[in-house]
Amino acid sequence: MSDPVTGIITPIRLDYTYTPGTSPSAFLRGMKDGKILGRRCPSCGKVYVPPRGGCPMCGVEFAEEVQVSDSGTLVTFAVVNVNFANRVIDLPYVSGEVLFDGADTTSMVLVQGIAADEVRMGMRVTAHWLPREEWDFTFANIDYVEPTGEPDADYASYKEHV
Amino acid sequence: MAGNRAAVLGTGQTKHVAKREDVSIAGLVREAADRALEDAGLSYADIDAVVIGKAPDMFEGVMMPELYLAEALGAIGKPMIRVHTAGSVGGSTAIVATHLVQAGVHERVLTVAFEKQSESNAMWALSIKIPFSQPLVAGAGGYFAPIIRGYIRKSDAPLDTGFQVALKDRLNALKNPYAHLHQPDISYEQIAESPLLWDPIRYAETCPSSDGAAAMVIGSEAAADASERPVAWIHGTAVRSEPTMGAGRDRVNPHAGRDCAKAVYAEAGITDPFREIDCAEIYVPFSWFEPMWLENLGFAAEGAGWKLVQDGVTAIDGDLPINMSGGVLSSNPIGASGMLRFLEAANQVRGTAGDHQVANASRALGHAYGGGSQFFAMWVVGAEKR
Amino acid sequence: MRDVAVVSFAQSATRRDQTRNEVEILLPVLREAMEPTGLTTQDMGFTCSGSSDYLAGQAFAFVSALDAVGPWPPIQESHVEMDGAWALYEAWVRLQHGDIDTALVYAFGKSSPGDVGRVLSMQLDPYVVAPLWPDAVSLAALQARSWLEAGHSEKDLARVVARSRRNALGNPHAQLSGDVDEEALLDEPLYADPLRKHDCPPISDGAAVVVLAAGDRARELCDRPAWIRGIDHRIDVQALGSRDLTTSASTRLAGQRAGVRDIDLAELHAPFSHQELIVAESLGLEESRTTINPSGGALASNPVMVAGLVRIGEAARRISAGEGDRAVAHATSGPALQQNLVCVLEGT
Repeated sequence: MSDPVTGIITPIRLDYTYTPGTSPSAFLRGMKDGKILGRRCPSCGKVYVPPRGGCPMCGVEFAEEVQVSDSGTLVTFAVVNVNFANRVIDLPYVSGEVLFDGADTTSMVLVQGIAADEVRMGMRVTAHWLPREEWDFTFANIDYVEPTGEPDADYASYKEHV
Repeated sequence: MAGNRAAVLGTGQTKHVAKREDVSIAGLVREAADRALEDAGLSYADIDAVVIGKAPDMFEGVMMPELYLAEALGAIGKPMIRVHTAGSVGGSTAIVATHLVQAGVHERVLTVAFEKQSESNAMWALSIKIPFSQPLVAGAGGYFAPIIRGYIRKSDAPLDTGFQVALKDRLNALKNPYAHLHQPDISYEQIAESPLLWDPIRYAETCPSSDGAAAMVIGSEAAADASERPVAWIHGTAVRSEPTMGAGRDRVNPHAGRDCAKAVYAEAGITDPFREIDCAEIYVPFSWFEPMWLENLGFAAEGAGWKLVQDGVTAIDGDLPINMSGGVLSSNPIGASGMLRFLEAANQVRGTAGDHQVANASRALGHAYGGGSQFFAMWVVGAEKR
Repeated sequence: MRDVAVVSFAQSATRRDQTRNEVEILLPVLREAMEPTGLTTQDMGFTCSGSSDYLAGQAFAFVSALDAVGPWPPIQESHVEMDGAWALYEAWVRLQHGDIDTALVYAFGKSSPGDVGRVLSMQLDPYVVAPLWPDAVSLAALQARSWLEAGHSEKDLARVVARSRRNALGNPHAQLSGDVDEEALLDEPLYADPLRKHDCPPISDGAAVVVLAAGDRARELCDRPAWIRGIDHRIDVQALGSRDLTTSASTRLAGQRAGVRDIDLAELHAPFSHQELIVAESLGLEESRTTINPSGGALASNPVMVAGLVRIGEAARRISAGEGDRAVAHATSGPALQQNLVCVLEGT
């Protein structure tokens, strides 16, 4: 009599067709055009990047589209020693939360162009885009952000986003 | 909150390990349920309803597993509900079960939470590449590490605070036969020298990935009075939620967590949590969450949570022991972890916590959180009827 | 038990939606449901939702939907990974405590992104059944075969479908409606023997919202609240070979516990035509006495994870409109009517 079965492997494959939604679609079209398009909540006035359908604080549909800058402040960050980025990248790398000028929410982006141990909260950064011909309907058109060299932003100016 | 009294009549859990190859998913939950019933001195026939909770179905590759598990949990012909509130689910599941009893709907409810994440691939499920969504840059730890950095900046905490927490929890785990990680040689140096994963989080400051299940029997006052086993009276329960991404959300000291704590203390009649709560089991998946949650829960002033850690206050022999069981840092079957916190708190006030028992624990807090630090579930349990 | 009533209900259209995401579908429905009450989502004492990750193809799918409610300041909220009918049950239980008077219940789900019949196979025993990929339609057909051979006729199926389509003409949210001839239905080719395509539900995307209130608060918010006089749910063993598929024992038991009797109208969650007859029989409903599925039922519109909650909403709406005094609403979950919830509503 052979050993009892202790496990089986069942491959599961399910295909889904995703619909990003109306305001996410507009955001993605904006990215294809090299623009970061957020939406403003008509109730609290905050600009969400990327917008997902409605303001999560107010429960109200977005209306006004707002283009935000592709430069901003590095609000906080992590120095990563495990390769999660789905790309070949030297370790350690920095993943940062960037508050683009004009936006009220942060976006997670790779930070390059500076040694990991020199990265600081408050650093001013700007987007480095992929070559235009590689642009698609994705936030990943922004390959990474790099320091602009400007003086760091005042802690008080971004503290609430930390 | 009004409603009838309710109590924990019995608890059970499995020995948490990376991979249970000896039981199916049904076998895993049955093991915990059997133990809870035995601890309560009851049988499946005494149970009126089953409330089960777990994290995303993709962790096992089974959709709505209550359907498949009904038979294993003796739920045929009974009401059965499956709760899913992300990481806090183990806690909110226990709360739904408690509400059923407090509302007078049932006399005895079996509540179970589990994760057999070795069956599928939890890491994959947590990072499924959904089209059109932000590309993942750094994984789960990469989400929390920047928040921890923010805490360190705001509080000026000494950088080894996390190491102290990890050491404490792993030493506590040695006193808990069910804990996943048993590291008798663990030391401060080992932790401080372990690889940096997402600065400032080191490998030894992170939770393991575990297969495990937890179960409790929640009963009415009549059922508790009739029991010959020690019971834990449920003095208060609370849940609060806030958005994932909200402009102006404080992710270091979340509003929902503070509100939830205030609500559960109010219901339990607690005005000075530090003095009136004897010990707590709180959801700490990365070491730095202990000082952060101590502040969020009102045990320490904002910015001062790390002092309780550094001063040994949260050690098992301190003034406010935290995570005597070893906590999430020592065992993390994701869907069950919240219930394990609630269960361990209950065992403390029942006096059944064995080697990790806090002497004379009369009131304890169980805490769970989930999502982007946005879902909170808490309960206060006591040795005395209230 | 405290008296709890449905005081408001709203639902979305349910055609496949390839433009809006779940939050965008839910937002206007929430607004529509809140409006008649004069309250906001922030005023609700407790919020509970129903949805499924596997339906969406995304872990934590319910988390982004919560945005639609605007949970700020933080709210008391929970979620079941089940049809919204069970979220309503949890909210009903919560209201029994007496510390809050209102609860918001919502459900959402898009069946169109994935192959929903195949997705539902994932509900089955993962070791010995699911690997065979028995999709939802095939399992329903298996049950229909058992049911026919127990002495029923496919003419009954055609009658159910024709009635569903005809009733759906009066339902602006229904997907499939029309005057169809029963004979013509029987001439259609078989799809999953013995079921024809029209015996199966359409693929629907949608959301629904119900507002519950207790006692006097319900009377303040609604002229004629639909009172929940009884609510119960039970589960059967999953394995198809272990139970009698020609009847629904859990429905029968839940119906007895909920107090099903003297019913004017019934909204039964039956995605397949034979299931409507099984459920009606299990509840002891007489067609001469009870109007079945005046909305058209799940055969006319079947947003998975939502359709059960919609049955409660549709029944409640008609009670509030004075179309009847006593109604039953039913919701189902799992393969071939494995788990069932029954709710009795009354206008007085």
